[in-house]
Parts: sequence; C-alpha cells; structure tokens
Amino acid sequence: MAKDINLDQVLQTFIVEARELLEDMEAALLRVADEADPRESINAIFRAAHTIKGSSGLFGLDAIVAFTHVAESVLDRVRDGAVALDEGLVALLLACGDYIGRMVDAVERTEAQADPHADPEGAALLARLQAYLAPCAAPAEVARAAAPTAAGGPARWHLSLRFGPDVLRNGMDPLSFIRYLATLGQIEHLVTIPDAVPPLEALDPEGCCLGFEIAFVTTVDKASIENVFEFVIDDCALRIVPPGSQVARYIELIHSLPEGPSRLGEILVRCGSVTAHELEAALRVQSESAPERRIGAILAEQGTVAPQVVEAALVRQKQAKEARGAENQSVRVDADKLDRLINLVGELIIATAGANLVAKRTRNLELMERNSTLADLVEEVRDSALQLRMVKIGATFNRFKRVVHDVARELGKDIELAVSGEDTELDKTVVEKIGDPLMHLVRNAMDHGIDSPERRAERGKPAAGTVSLNAFHDSGSIVIQVSDDGGGLDRERILAKGLERGLVEAGRVMSDAEVYALIFEPGFSTAEQITNLSGRGVGMDVVRRNIEALRGNVAIASEPGRGTTVTVRLPLTLAIINGFQVGVGKSVFVVPMDMVDECIEFSAQTGQDYTDLRGQVLPFIRLRELFDVPGRPAARQNIVVVKHAGQKFGLVVDALMGEAQAVIKPLSRMFVQVRGISGSSILGSGDVALILDVPVLMQQAQLGRGAAAHAAS
Amino acid sequence: MTSPTFRIDGELTIYRAAELAGAMKAALAAVADGGALELDLSEVAEMDCAGVQLLLAARRSAAESGRTLRLSGRSAAVDEVLATLRLDGHFGDAAGAAH
Repeated sequence: MAKDINLDQVLQTFIVEARELLEDMEAALLRVADEADPRESINAIFRAAHTIKGSSGLFGLDAIVAFTHVAESVLDRVRDGAVALDEGLVALLLACGDYIGRMVDAVERTEAQADPHADPEGAALLARLQAYLAPCAAPAEVARAAAPTAAGGPARWHLSLRFGPDVLRNGMDPLSFIRYLATLGQIEHLVTIPDAVPPLEALDPEGCCLGFEIAFVTTVDKASIENVFEFVIDDCALRIVPPGSQVARYIELIHSLPEGPSRLGEILVRCGSVTAHELEAALRVQSESAPERRIGAILAEQGTVAPQVVEAALVRQKQAKEARGAENQSVRVDADKLDRLINLVGELIIATAGANLVAKRTRNLELMERNSTLADLVEEVRDSALQLRMVKIGATFNRFKRVVHDVARELGKDIELAVSGEDTELDKTVVEKIGDPLMHLVRNAMDHGIDSPERRAERGKPAAGTVSLNAFHDSGSIVIQVSDDGGGLDRERILAKGLERGLVEAGRVMSDAEVYALIFEPGFSTAEQITNLSGRGVGMDVVRRNIEALRGNVAIASEPGRGTTVTVRLPLTLAIINGFQVGVGKSVFVVPMDMVDECIEFSAQTGQDYTDLRGQVLPFIRLRELFDVPGRPAARQNIVVVKHAGQKFGLVVDALMGEAQAVIKPLSRMFVQVRGISGSSILGSGDVALILDVPVLMQQAQLGRGAAAHAAS
Repeated sequence: MTSPTFRIDGELTIYRAAELAGAMKAALAAVADGGALELDLSEVAEMDCAGVQLLLAARRSAAESGRTLRLSGRSAAVDEVLATLRLDGHFGDAAGAAH
C-alpha cells in the first residue's frame, strides 16, 4: 500500500539519521576526555540527543523520547557545569547510546516499542541517569517534564502558524507538531484557520493550506518552542509573540498574516491573547497613521524585544543554516540505483570497445577520431560513476574507537587508538566487507599484541599501549595497516608451532615474512592463554580468507619488542579496472594496469625461470605453460614486468595488445578453484578475456624461485 | 426524507486525500439543491491534517452551493483530532454556516 511505502521512506530517513547522530554522539563521547576544552564536544553530544528526541517525538516513538529525554537532561546539567563528565558518566552515556540504538533497531524491525521503564536494562540505565539528576525531576514525571531551561514560572506565548503547501506531501503532519508542542506545556487556546481552504473543486487534496493560532502556556524558552517546528521551519511561517508583549506586537502580527485584520483580531481575541477593547484602540491608531509608520513600528518593536530572545533566535538561525549547508553537500541515493549505474557504465565500456574495433576495421579515420573522443568521455563517466561509490574510511576507523575503549577496559590494559589516513577513499562495497576482518585484527592487536603494563615498563615503553590504524593509496590498491607497539611476534615459537602442526618441513630455510605468514594458516594458534576475546591465530585464517575474497591480500611484519604491523591490501573497486591486454596464442589476458611496471623484450637462457633486468634478477612465469595454452611460442616473446607490494616479477607473453578498460565479471562457481585468475572480462569483439590475479601469480613466482634457491643451496 | 449518507472507512489521510476528494465532490453534486449530505466517519481509523482540510473544503463547497454538510458519526480517532484542533463544534448540526 502507498501509505506503507511513504511512511517507510520517511521513517527510514529517521532511522538512518538517528544512527548517524548516535555515531556522532559516540565519537564525541570518546574524544571528550582528551580535550582541553570539551565544551564543543559536550554541545555535540547534547545536540545529538536532543535531535534524536525531537525527531522521535514526530514519529510518536514515545519510548525513545522518554528515554532520550532523561539522557538529555543529564547532558543539560553537564553543559551547565552542574555535573562533571567523568569516565563513569562517559561509559554510562555510551551504554545509553547503545540502548537508544537498539530501540531504533526495534523501530526498523517494526517491533512494538517496549517501555524503557518496564525493560530491566532500560530501567537500570534510567536509574543510573537519575542519580545524576537528583534532586531534579521525579522518575515518573520524566516523559512529561519539559526541558526546564527558562527561569521562572509558566508564561503565556502566542504562536501563529501557517503551513506551506508541501508540508503534507513531505510526510509531515501539522497535527504531530501540535501534539508534540502540547508535551512542552499547555495549549490554552487553539484556533484552526480554515480561511485558506478552498471549496472541494479548487482543493489540492495533498497540498496544505491550514493555519493555526495558538495560545500556549509553558515554562520553556523561545528556542525550545521553535525547536518543535525545526523540521518544517522551511515550509512553515512561524511567528511567536513572547509573553507580556504589547498589543502593538499583535497588531504587527495581524498585518503580517494573509487573513483580514478584523478576522484575525477576532481570532486573537478568541485565543485570549488580547482583549477586544485593546485591539480596537490599537487598530484605530494604526489606521490613522500613515502606512510607512508600520515599518518604523516593526523596527521599534524589535528594539523592545528582550535581548535573550534575539540572541536565542540568532543562535538557532545559525545552527539551522549550518545544518542545511551540510545537508546540501550530500544527497542520499539508493545503493541499488548506484549499482545499476555502474552496471550500465560497464556495458557502455564494452559497447564502446566494440564500436572502436569496427571503426578500426573499416579504417574510417573520422569515425575513429570520434570514437576516441567518445572513449575518453566514457572513461570520465566511469571514473565519476565509481567515485560516487567511494566513501572515506574514516567512518569505519572511528567505529574502532569504541571497540578499543571497551576492549581496553575489559582487558584491564591502557590502550589508545591512533588513526591516520581517514580521508582515504575506497569503494563502499569494499568498506562494508572489510569491517569484520579489521575488527578481528584490531582485537587481536589489543589482546595479544599489546604487552602487559609490567612488560612495557621493563622495556621502557610508555604505560599506555597504542594500536594504530592507517590507510593510504598505493598503485590502484588501498592499503590498511593495523599496528601495535607491543611485544612483536615470537619467530621461534611460531616456527616451532608450525613444525608441530606439520605446516612446514623441518630444516627448511624460511624468511621472517614466511614464518609470520604461518599465523594465517587454518588452525594455527600460539596463544598461551585463550582469553574471551580471541587467541591470536584463531580466526586469522578467516581474516585472510575474507580479504582474499575481496581480491586483496594480507601481510604481517613484526619487530621483536617493538610491535607488529598487519598490512591489508585491497583493490579500490570491485567493478571496473584499467587493464593491460596481453595475448598468448589465441587467448587474451588482462593485467590490471596499475600493476604493470614496464614491458621488455623476452630474453632468458633456456630452462631458466628468471632474467636479468638491468642487473637485477627478475623471476618470471610463462603464461603459456601455466595455463597450458596450445601452440608454439611466438618468435618474439615479451615480458610484462608487474609490480605488487613492492616486489617485481615478469609474465612471459606472446603479444602486447595495449591498454583497455576491463569490466570485471565474476567467474562462475565452477572456476572457483582456478588459481591465478581473478575474473573475466568481455572484449569489444565479444570474446572473453581472463583477468590475471597478480598477487597469486607472484606467490607462485616466489615459490618457484624459493624452490630454485633451495635446490641450489 | 432522509439525507444521503457518504461513509468513509479506514483512513482519512493524505494517502487517500485525492481519491476521497473526488468521491466527496461526486457525492455532494448528487445532493439536491438545498439538501444535506450526511458524512459518516464512525469507521475512520486514522485522520490527519489532510483529512481535516478535506472536511473543511467539503463544508465550504456545500455552503457555497446552498447545500448542507453534517457529520452523522465520528470515530474516536476523528473525535481526538477535531478536539486537538478545537474544531469539535464546527461540523455539528448547523454546519451550513461558513463562519
């Protein structure tokens, strides 16, 4: 039904925004302890809680409103300096954030809202929050009590509301705002203004033309009243006449509204905001004076407004403007739509390659020229389309701040997280899948990497351990590093374990990297004591599998006593790459362009699997042999020198066919076992080309060399 | 002679506003000059401002064409909305007057 879809969409926006706000809140909570001047962060925490409460109110999510309200009240006291934001309170507020998050999750699953007072966990959190509020509000009154900001008793405000035509269409119901307003005080009088509602024949049933005049008695300040309408403020004319205003102010209001003065006067009198007598007298004076007096009167009026009202309005206006500025910078798009776009761009690239091929065959110069322009444009379209899916890794990194904070407490270690390279961008699909492996690596680093405080003191390291997350781009890949400044890996113990598990042959000479790589083997664990987090090694094979599934790889480096660094290398995107086409017999292979270093003429003594590259040994692989391509090698073979993770090796091919974009199509499950091929791509001619998996080939090249070296020694 | 009745079930909200506006227009047009249309809202489960607006527009249409619009039944949901907007008295017996 239409209703469900529409409501879902608006609710979905609420859910997404609530989660973002909770993330902001969490980030601010985690950084607040380290800041010299935490006011900005405290404000950010407060704003997040406040906005969640406000928007939950609009959706009638009373449970969230009630719970968040208490947290907000505590934060309000923190803001005033009445309560100190110590470690205990930070932990409590983090737990509250989680609880709100779970309530939001429940909304998403369209579950009934549990009353936080009735839920044991919610009640416990509320009780702890209340401790900070004593001697303030009584628990039972919490949901009702409005933010007690303004000093003094209740005052009588007059609100004049005219909703814009798009309010209903945007999924807002003026009724919700009025209901929400009623929770902040008492609506003493309300007059619905039907004047703008045309007869049925002229009515736009989905356009809003209602207005309301409200006499409102409350203890909250002007900003709080305005906040009620924060979500429609662009679409709603809101005029607030503060308590104790002179009749002239109402006159001004009357003139600023579309309805006639007498009609409005009557309404105001009905609201009890002015008496009929006062109004009559004032209107008479007004009509006698010249029209230009009116502007002067307005200005004079503004002079008489209490300074705090003006200040509050200015602050709010600034906030709204900032918020809107940030909103304008981004547009939410369905991930499905983006995927479709990327798919189409992929098809476009294949089609362009086909057109190019035909143009070359017909030798039509003009056509070829046009085609090349077209190809350039398509390439740009591809880059910008892929760019749309790029997100900064910072958000993922920031999530680990919380993990580190919690796990450090759990382990009783003092650990800090250092983050760098947050602005490094990578494909959203990659980001989503890298979260779990990274989580495992970070936990491992904390649990087993960081040494005990005593050990650290012995080694003269600072008492607080540091886990660092770093990201940067390197030749078409994104590199993510998880490092710790702990004790480093114990080479001998790993090697011993490897022998014991039969993972290495006795007597084999192994480099440090090869030894360390053993911890990624299935079932390898060197943890002396298994904690409830993880034994180092347990699950590391899963980490490697997950990363390899993303066409990435993982490497580990360690320095005894100094620390360990795990380096994860991932392709920037999973969809389209710049490829370098090479031919072997009749087959075409694609090497990712970013990995191609140079091409040289083939020269090697028969039987050897290496050549001399400007005085350096360059191991190579004969693709013809590796993939069993039939036919004799071409008279002049070439070597494509590829570089990966700082090392080089060569691929022997028959023909160099040049650069072309390759849209990666996954191989069918049948070919999952094939090593050295990461995917396939369709050529302009309609033929299929296989994409070479350089990291895997490199391993093979090194194995070959290792074996050769071994045999020679 | 009893007046014709127009009954609305379920939602009287933005999601059905366009559909209901058309139906109400037709129902009003079918009423004889000077006659009255009874609106039965006793089965309305949900009402929002679009619904309120629809009632106000229908009342105006009726008044301008010399007909009368009366609410013959109201559900709890309708009562609550009309009470919130202080419109309770507006659709009573003497609903013909515009003001």
